[in-house]
Amino acid sequence: MSAIQHAERSPLRIFLKTIVARAYPRVVAANRHKSWLFLDMALPMVGALAMVLVYQGLHAPRQYLGFVVMGGAMLAFWQNVLWTMGAQFSWDRGNGTLELMAVSPTSFEAVLLGMAGGAMIMTTVRAAFIILIGSLVFNVTYTAGGLLPAIGVFLLTLGALYGMGMLLASLFLFYSREAWHLGDALQEPVNFLSGLYFPVKALGIPAGTETLLVAAQVPIFALLAGVALRYLESRARKDGKLVTRWE
Amino acid sequence: MKVFFHALSPTLESLSAVSGSHPSSNSSRLAVETRRLTRVYKTRRETTTALHDVDLEVEQGELFGVLGPNGAGKTTLIKILVTLLLPTSGEAFVDSLDVVRDYKRLRNRIAMVSGGEQAGYGVLKVREQLWMFSQFYGMDSKAARRRIDELLDRLGLAEAGNKEITSLSSGMRQKMNLVRGLMTDPRVLFLDEPTVALDVGAARDVRSEVQRWMAEDPTRTVILTTHYMQEADELCDRVAIVNRGRIVAEGAPRTLKASVDEDVIVDLQLDPGTPLLDRLRAIEGVGAASVREEDGVDRFSLLLADDAVLPRVMTTVEGAGRRVSGLVRRQPTLEDAFVKLVGRSMTEEEAG
Ligand SMILES: Nc1ncnc2c1ncn2[C@@H]1O[C@H](COP(=O)(O)OP(=O)(O)OP(=O)(O)O)[C@@H](O)[C@H]1O
Ligand SMILES: [Mg+2]
Repeated sequence: MSAIQHAERSPLRIFLKTIVARAYPRVVAANRHKSWLFLDMALPMVGALAMVLVYQGLHAPRQYLGFVVMGGAMLAFWQNVLWTMGAQFSWDRGNGTLELMAVSPTSFEAVLLGMAGGAMIMTTVRAAFIILIGSLVFNVTYTAGGLLPAIGVFLLTLGALYGMGMLLASLFLFYSREAWHLGDALQEPVNFLSGLYFPVKALGIPAGTETLLVAAQVPIFALLAGVALRYLESRARKDGKLVTRWE
Repeated sequence: MKVFFHALSPTLESLSAVSGSHPSSNSSRLAVETRRLTRVYKTRRETTTALHDVDLEVEQGELFGVLGPNGAGKTTLIKILVTLLLPTSGEAFVDSLDVVRDYKRLRNRIAMVSGGEQAGYGVLKVREQLWMFSQFYGMDSKAARRRIDELLDRLGLAEAGNKEITSLSSGMRQKMNLVRGLMTDPRVLFLDEPTVALDVGAARDVRSEVQRWMAEDPTRTVILTTHYMQEADELCDRVAIVNRGRIVAEGAPRTLKASVDEDVIVDLQLDPGTPLLDRLRAIEGVGAASVREEDGVDRFSLLLADDAVLPRVMTTVEGAGRRVSGLVRRQPTLEDAFVKLVGRSMTEEEAG
């Protein structure tokens, strides 16, 4: 009889399966609509182009062009974090998905990790294209010694961004509109560190410190997101507001 | 011997009531138990008591209906039982687990489906979406896919399974939602108005699938809310009628209807004219009266103490200058039970 067999599945199993399942719509299904792919590619390219022109207008040294192209790619990440991560839980609440996640034995942390993981895979592929095409178009050359640390910083920033995306997703549930401003404020340090506005090295910050600063953001944001979510869940049960559909 | 046990049992019950904090002694067979369950919502503008001292006992294997007008507190009850909402006071147990303290474990054993649900991701196909939710329960992927196919098939959605969910009709969508609720094999399934806004055919499919699912395993339990009297009557083993956060009656549909058995129930159809409801209610022997407008005529339902009351009713109608276009005596419905208990119809209660 199924009543007796109804064994509870282990939390770890649920956690891991949730990450994969929640990443699925991002990775696989989102590629179903090619127009999205185009938008995600074209917009960052335009951004990168604009910045390249500014840099060339300033007669900036050629070796910084690599950063500019990278910056364009980061822009793609940033938009993805802000729009698809930050707003996601608000959407999920609006249509009742969040409620169903809450009723299930899974955890919001796993959902967030899946969301971030899926988005990261997607955007990494896209960013690689942007960098490749951008580098070809603008004839950027990288030295092997410069490229590896750059990729390292790139990946770390990516982690920091999505960590922040998780945090934003939770905060958006609390403050809806106001969280956008917070998102703007938080964008600055990441932009700064990822070299979107200008190459940090021009400021004389050593690359090692830069890496450290960026790396530190990953666990910090992940931790904060976890705290925010636990608080969120307990408040939701008390007020009947945050999880339910129409406030 | 039988008499002896009968005399003894109240003592046993009162003993278990005294023992307090644990679910009562026969809890292993109770799927849902609430004790003085109360929920108050506080907003800046007002304070609403959505549930007031609700005591419920639902046994395993029961298809239990919660019937009541808009705002009665049905959804609030469901939300507390599925651990989405905390009670303000009182206690609730589902499958013998405390919904407040044991909510993490409980979430493995329950599922909820609400009417008009739009949850999920538009890019996903029906099968993919269902699979995604199955993973939130840690189901084995292969087993989940098999179960999903089986259920989709049973609900006539085998082909629609490969469609993106945004392309589904509302009936198909609601059937998909039902599959989501059934596929994880919950001990207790909560359905909040599962047939709301569905056409007759889709509503019938949903109901019969729920019944079939229950028949597969006699320990499965369903708690269903509805404000369709007929749905509760046809589908449910037992029904609790709730109004303004309180249970006003509870029992098998047949038993509830029997409470109006002694009354003479008359449907009176009148052409439009001067309002009459209050005057009819004032007549001696009129237990309850309600009215609804249908196709341009007023349909009054009257509960009369006996046949002798009818002439007095007709005199009042004629006195008001209203023309009678139809008069039938009929069998009691749950609606009549509601009207008798509450004094007003569900529609009137909803109008406030
Ligand atoms: N989150 C909330 N905040 C404040 N009041 C609420 C909240 N949710 C419900 N209420 C109020 O509590 C009462 C019961 O609502 P509930 O949704 O439980 O009723 P219901 O029986 O499900 O009604 P319906 O048939 O319309 O779905 C209503 O008066 C409603 O306005
Ligand atoms: Mg409701």
